Amino acid sequence: MTDRARPSYWHGEKAASDRPTGSRGRKLDIFLQLTLNGLAVGCIYGLVALGFVLIYKATELVNFAQGDLLMLGAFVCYMAVVWWGLDYWLSFLIAVLAVAAFGALLDAVLLRRVIGQPQFAVVMLTIGLGAVFRTFASVTWGSEIYTLPTPFGGVTRIAGVTISHQYLSIIVGTLILCSVLYGFFNHTRIGVAMQATSQNQLAAYYMGIPVKRIFSMIWAISAGVATAAGVLLAPVTLIDINMGLAVALKAFAAAVLGGFGSIPGALVGGIVIGLIELYAGATLPDGFKDTAPYIVLLVMLVVRPQGLFGTPGRKKV
Amino acid sequence: MSEPILKVSNLETYYGPIMAIRGVSFEVPTGSIVTILGANGAGKTTVLKTACGVMDPQKGSVTFEGREIQRMDPDKVMRLGISHVPEGREVFPFLSVRENLRMGAYTRKDPDGVAQDLETVFGYFPVLKERADQRAGSLSGGEQQMLAISRALMARPRLMLLDEPSLGLSPKLVKEIFDIVLRINRERGVTILLVEQNANMALQTAEFGYVLEVGRIVMADTCARLLQKEDIKEFYLGIKDEGARGQRRWKKRKTWR
Ligand SMILES: Nc1ncnc2c1ncn2[C@@H]1O[C@H](COP(=O)(O)OP(=O)(O)OP(=O)(O)O)[C@@H](O)[C@H]1O
Ligand SMILES: [Mg+2]
Repeated sequence: MTDRARPSYWHGEKAASDRPTGSRGRKLDIFLQLTLNGLAVGCIYGLVALGFVLIYKATELVNFAQGDLLMLGAFVCYMAVVWWGLDYWLSFLIAVLAVAAFGALLDAVLLRRVIGQPQFAVVMLTIGLGAVFRTFASVTWGSEIYTLPTPFGGVTRIAGVTISHQYLSIIVGTLILCSVLYGFFNHTRIGVAMQATSQNQLAAYYMGIPVKRIFSMIWAISAGVATAAGVLLAPVTLIDINMGLAVALKAFAAAVLGGFGSIPGALVGGIVIGLIELYAGATLPDGFKDTAPYIVLLVMLVVRPQGLFGTPGRKKV
Repeated sequence: MSEPILKVSNLETYYGPIMAIRGVSFEVPTGSIVTILGANGAGKTTVLKTACGVMDPQKGSVTFEGREIQRMDPDKVMRLGISHVPEGREVFPFLSVRENLRMGAYTRKDPDGVAQDLETVFGYFPVLKERADQRAGSLSGGEQQMLAISRALMARPRLMLLDEPSLGLSPKLVKEIFDIVLRINRERGVTILLVEQNANMALQTAEFGYVLEVGRIVMADTCARLLQKEDIKEFYLGIKDEGARGQRRWKKRKTWR
């Protein structure tokens, strides 16, 4: 739906595969390139899925506005670079911090109050919030399609495979982000307390852990990660108010594929969806690119309903 | 006698329209072990939950070290020096034993003291040291109980609330755990409020006991004297006096109210 006016929504590789291919080597090149781009796209899905999972595990809310936080993040970075003329990296940092703070605020003033309400009310609320964010963005920044200037314009050719720095930056960025998060969740006091709160909220209270503040921090992390994904994705899809929608839907599928509730599952799920999407786009007739991930998800849910990383019959303690 | 560390007066707590606690008053003297006995559904857990801030009372007060703490958030109550070992252990299942213990010390700012206390609780329960890097969810029920007690101890509390630590454990393990509870009280000077159905162990460990029935305190005495009472023997220790008849038992129950 959102592909309409956007020029080349990571379709570049489709064009490449349409070219007459002679040798077996050429095919291999294309395959490697698709894999690389699929990995990159999958990383974005994985990061957004990670945001879903973090919030869900801690608060049992499903935040359907996750994709729109990604969009807001990309716009804030765009504003800092293009309107204010700031350095790309500084703008990146500003965007992540600003949207993270916004996420924490959102939790503190709004979402904290709906914990324990029926799930569909919460779903409606977050969907509504997403719409509000898109309206806000179109009023503030306009509803055109914008290009974020980045330092990743070039390409590197290794043995015939063209590696675009845009895609490479997504993969490297995701790796860095995931290592930082891994270290944070496993080796800092607050990180472990976040895990503890997600596992047993009541016991967290008994330990004197400030549960409400922990929830806000988790929202901040999810929003910050979505922003990082948005800024990394911006050179590939360009920025517009609907950029979060398609991403969020596939990221949601990725989270389900990974067994909704598992952080490694969300990342692996994202990468699987990204790869399937690009392979299907290059080899199958038009239209399969967007449906193939869901077909795989459907098969998966029938064969292994708990997801890739879920444990069968798992119950929250 | 010195000022009690915990004083509960005329407490009334509801679950929606259901009145679970109907005007309960009791005191826990500093440095002592006090027990509250009661059958299933008597309201023992509710009393502890109200004391530690998880539930708000409709009426009455909870005073800890001279300070009213009813309606305070549970994390704040904990920071004042009350640790809670909840019914059903409530460990963090996917964290390791060591991480669980570190979470117990979450509010503390003295890493050296925390490391020292970690060794102390490993001394109390050597099995926890063996399993320090194992996920808490994979421990047996008894080991989880040991972990829950140790985790509460890691906060260096002045008052510890214990909710049925004997639940589901073998008699041997119950004995072991109560011995440690006694040591915690003697060696570390932690005041203990112990809620139990296992009246025998509780009365042998504690100094003073209350009996809770359907949300009310029906008896309060030293444990030595409670152990001698016919009603306690009959209903909580399962020792039947030869002369006891159904009629008499009913009458006794009446006199409690
Ligand atoms: N969540 C709840 N909602 C409604 N009523 C409750 C709830 N929890 C407990 N009650 C009621 O409150 C009363 C006291 O319950 P409480 O859990 O305090 O009993 P208890 O003495 O701890 O029992 P046990 O020995 O079985 O743990 C019971 O009648 C129970 O049915
Ligand atoms: Mg109970």
